[in-house]
Amino acid sequence: MDKMDKKMLKRTALGGILDNPVFVLVLGMCPLIAVSTSFMDALLMGVSTAIVLLLSNVAISALRKITPSAVRLPIYLMVVATLVTILQMFLDKYIPDFYASAGRFIALIAVNCIILARAEAFAGKNDVLSSLVDAASMGLGFIVAIAILGGVRQLLGDVLGISIFTAPAGGFIALGLLMALFNAALFFAKGYAARREARKTRREARRSAKTVKEEAL
Amino acid sequence: MTITILGIIISALITNNIVFSQTLGICPFLGVSKKLKSAAGMGLAVTLVMTVSTLFTWVINKYVLLNLDMGYLRVIVFILVIAGLVQVLDILLKKFLPALYNAFGIYLALITTNCAVLGTAMLFGGDAPADIVTTFVTALFTGLGFLMALAVMAGVRERMETAHIPRFFKGFPIALLAAAIMAMAFFGFSTFSLGG
Repeated sequence: MDKMDKKMLKRTALGGILDNPVFVLVLGMCPLIAVSTSFMDALLMGVSTAIVLLLSNVAISALRKITPSAVRLPIYLMVVATLVTILQMFLDKYIPDFYASAGRFIALIAVNCIILARAEAFAGKNDVLSSLVDAASMGLGFIVAIAILGGVRQLLGDVLGISIFTAPAGGFIALGLLMALFNAALFFAKGYAARREARKTRREARRSAKTVKEEAL
Repeated sequence: MTITILGIIISALITNNIVFSQTLGICPFLGVSKKLKSAAGMGLAVTLVMTVSTLFTWVINKYVLLNLDMGYLRVIVFILVIAGLVQVLDILLKKFLPALYNAFGIYLALITTNCAVLGTAMLFGGDAPADIVTTFVTALFTGLGFLMALAVMAGVRERMETAHIPRFFKGFPIALLAAAIMAMAFFGFSTFSLGG
């Protein structure tokens, strides 16, 4: 693997943060708000979605050379829907409580825009390894986002008793505030990285100027 | 009967609004609500597809899936039906109603992956399906409820264009907060019921 590939892979692996599916790409909003009234449900929903994302990305990437581009969307949908059906059976048998409380939203993973967006934007065009890394990173990004949202809503709604946070309206508020917080954090982190880079270039410029001077002497 | 239908309509439009109460279809709600015109196109396209596809999936569920005891195939079958219907509608509208087709724009194709459509189809395609009239009226008014939510949101967001918004709240965060306030207003109707 040459340097270019490694750089791209690193960028892909950071996708979960820099292109966070929730806070930056604003995808997969429905389960995010519907199934985040408690931390545990949110976490399970995140993991379920991430597993389907991972498996479907790998399958779609492996099939990309024999997928005719005109009918790629129906094929992606079939792959994802099959995985979701397996997931439904698994959850129904092993975690029935969560399966009941998440209700329709497990079935709706099949049309989750994160999964189809990654299939269309990434897995359908890249090799299996990169698609795996992309799905893992994006999946983790989603798990972290929905778990934080679930934690915040449970803390404010159930523990502190501000009941609006268990209603959909509270989901919108919590998500809006978290998104603003993420924007601010990313802004300052980028500012810090840029300042550090600028300091480094200045230092190097000084050093080279010094060497030039010394050589002249 | 009239009262029941009225109750269903109010429930589907307001108390059980697809966006604010069922939290479905949030992606297009946030993505396509910057301008009133595109919001109307998207809302109408969703209403059309939702009504037609819910009727189709209701029939398939009741007479095929439940008869053959294959309820577990629901997700796959429903997605296929919706994707197929969107394709057919796309072709039919382009041929017979080009003006409407242009009003829908690209939104028609996007609807295949709209979770509001599959969500409504799933709601009426369960193990114990409701009768066809209830299904039709609810699907139609759920779609109109989506159109209403989108139109209201677009109105608010067009005004926000000129407002001074703190830097980190620009774009989606402020849209979500606006949606929250609207959801609270709709939440106020949740105790309201009429004959059923």
